Amino acid sequence: MRMRRATDGGGAAVHVRSAVARAGIAGALVAGTVLAAWSGTSGAAQAHHKKKLGSPVVVGASLSLSGDFSTDGQAFDRGYHLWQAWQNAHGGLLGHKIVLKILSDKSTPTQAATNYNTLISSDHAKLTIGPFSSLLTVPSAKAAHRHGYALVEGAGGAPAVFKTGLNNVFDVSYPVATGLKPFCEWVASMPKGTRPKTVAYATVTTIFEATQFPIAKRILGKAGVRTVYTKTFPTETTDFTPIASGVVGSHATIVILGDTAVSTVSSFMSSFEAAHFNPKAIIATSGPDQGAAFLSAVGTANAIGVMVEGGWYPGFASKSSHALVQRYVKKYGGTASGVNADVAEAFSVGEVLTQAVKATHGFTNQKIIHYLHSNKTFSSVQGPVKFDKAGENVKGLNFAFQWLTKTGTPTFAQVLPTTAKGSVTPLYPKPSWGS
Amino acid sequence: MGTQLVQAVVDGVLTGGVYALMAAGLTLIFGVLDIINIAQGIFVVLGAYLSYVLWSDLGIDPFLGLLITIPTLFFVGVGVEWAFIRRLGERDRVTMSILVTYAVSLILEGILDNAFGTNVFQLRPSYESSSFFVFGFYLQQIYVYGFVLAVVLLAAIYALLYRSRFGASVRASLQDRTAAQLIGVNVRRVSTITFGIGTAVTAAGGMVFGVTNAFSANSGADLISRLLSIVILGGLGSIGGAMGAAVLMLVLEDIVATVWSPVWSPVVYFAALLIVLSIRPVGLFGRTAARAQ
Repeated sequence: MRMRRATDGGGAAVHVRSAVARAGIAGALVAGTVLAAWSGTSGAAQAHHKKKLGSPVVVGASLSLSGDFSTDGQAFDRGYHLWQAWQNAHGGLLGHKIVLKILSDKSTPTQAATNYNTLISSDHAKLTIGPFSSLLTVPSAKAAHRHGYALVEGAGGAPAVFKTGLNNVFDVSYPVATGLKPFCEWVASMPKGTRPKTVAYATVTTIFEATQFPIAKRILGKAGVRTVYTKTFPTETTDFTPIASGVVGSHATIVILGDTAVSTVSSFMSSFEAAHFNPKAIIATSGPDQGAAFLSAVGTANAIGVMVEGGWYPGFASKSSHALVQRYVKKYGGTASGVNADVAEAFSVGEVLTQAVKATHGFTNQKIIHYLHSNKTFSSVQGPVKFDKAGENVKGLNFAFQWLTKTGTPTFAQVLPTTAKGSVTPLYPKPSWGS
Repeated sequence: MGTQLVQAVVDGVLTGGVYALMAAGLTLIFGVLDIINIAQGIFVVLGAYLSYVLWSDLGIDPFLGLLITIPTLFFVGVGVEWAFIRRLGERDRVTMSILVTYAVSLILEGILDNAFGTNVFQLRPSYESSSFFVFGFYLQQIYVYGFVLAVVLLAAIYALLYRSRFGASVRASLQDRTAAQLIGVNVRRVSTITFGIGTAVTAAGGMVFGVTNAFSANSGADLISRLLSIVILGGLGSIGGAMGAAVLMLVLEDIVATVWSPVWSPVVYFAALLIVLSIRPVGLFGRTAARAQ
């Protein structure tokens, strides 16, 4: 109805007042509805957040809080606690509050196995999640298997873990054997004129030598990259000088280091720098992915150009991954670049376990094991997860990362495969030390 | 291969000097106190941390920082001896010393772990990655300085032991504690000061270790087994033996690593150790030889 002007006598005034009143009532109704909806929602949310979770469910893990793997173990601890906090804020596990029970294994396999026995028998953990490293995962999986427990883990990717014949171990991270493939395939794809001519390998006598290096040597060998030096050394080695001298003496164009410790990579880099040896590319299987720990060991200038294989990094192109990084920085401080990949691996373990518990509507480990083996694809901050018969993640994503800089501050970037979403152009050749 | 062999020998000699610095205190402490100090490894790491803090927070050069870290570790050693070692009786002293010093190492490791976290650190003075180019070989400057420091400090300890009144007391205690007491030597004070000196020397070893290695609180565990083998090979109680054994160990390991494989380096070294001990149970310059000096 068309409104008459206010000057149109008394009748018009009534119409105007009515219109105003209607508008006012409508506005009040809308405002009231909005207010009611908001308070209802926030009330519901608050009620949701404040909703008391049911009786606690104990989730047990053995972690290397001291010893050789302590840097990774403590990063895993943070990842597990972040998952606990996140999941408890989102309804827990089937409404039950998650209580994490973590025992320290001092980086020793026997202690790890003992811990899982303790967690299950004495601490009555309903669920168990994995330790750090394949070395500890094997005995831990055996201990959990004896009790019929599933062991979802994020850092046991060596073939030895999956050759045990156990059906209860599930690795949410990418298969270790494929770790160096992105780097080697990139080198092999270079035009002949720019492709490196020679390669030197130096590795700890562990899974890297047994699994990754044969594949790397095959790919690079086919591409005409000649091996000029290859040495393995025990994990207890404290003096790397003769090995580093050997690499220097080989004059290799690229260097591949297989190791598990930041200190090992740091020692090699120091020796290379002292000998003025500047390979065009250096990649390590582990170490440079440990964020702030790596930078403080080698110095920010020397980190530039160093590559590392991995399945996740703080800039990983996923909303949930970004959210995890933000939560980590909020809780533990530091910067996004400094977030250790182990944190994401641990968080992914929690995510996959949660999905299995929800799908099976309970904490029955046999059902969880069966479900995890049912060819389902799970989501995680590291990307998709799907287990084969042995428990390996056949959809695991692996990349090569590199420390890069534009402003002088090193940033950890995904560079390979070059065609992968989120990859930036790798820096090649690596700049000279300290430049 | 010839060039690499020479490089291995040179590297072994220089690195051996660094290990001698770390092992000297251990052999001195055993010689006088009959104590096997399992905490030696963590003392090295403590020395590295102290040097790191002085360098990173106050900008003090690591070698200059020794003027602070050596006295500091001396008092740490005196404190440990007073609190733990002195309480050990004469019975099963050596065995108990292993347990007690192991406990001390765990306590210290826990304190350092809590204070510094699990990050690894490394001192990076300007000469850390610099080298001397001599006759076609690169000699890392820090190892050369470390070797010179080892020679100087070990010579100083030798002079203290054999050219001073206090040294005479130490040698008397080394030979026979009871007899030394009878002739008026304050064996308790000698023991305390010797433990302090043994720990103080470790500050120098820790500093060089901290420049040449990225370290954390757990780094001591790998070190102690090597240090013990050095002092056993050199002869418990012999300062010169520690130097000789350290150089021999590192040269042997480096040659094997270069010519054969690093996997066999410790095997060959320990095989050599067994051969030496089977021929000469007291080690190359064992206690008998030390006392004869």
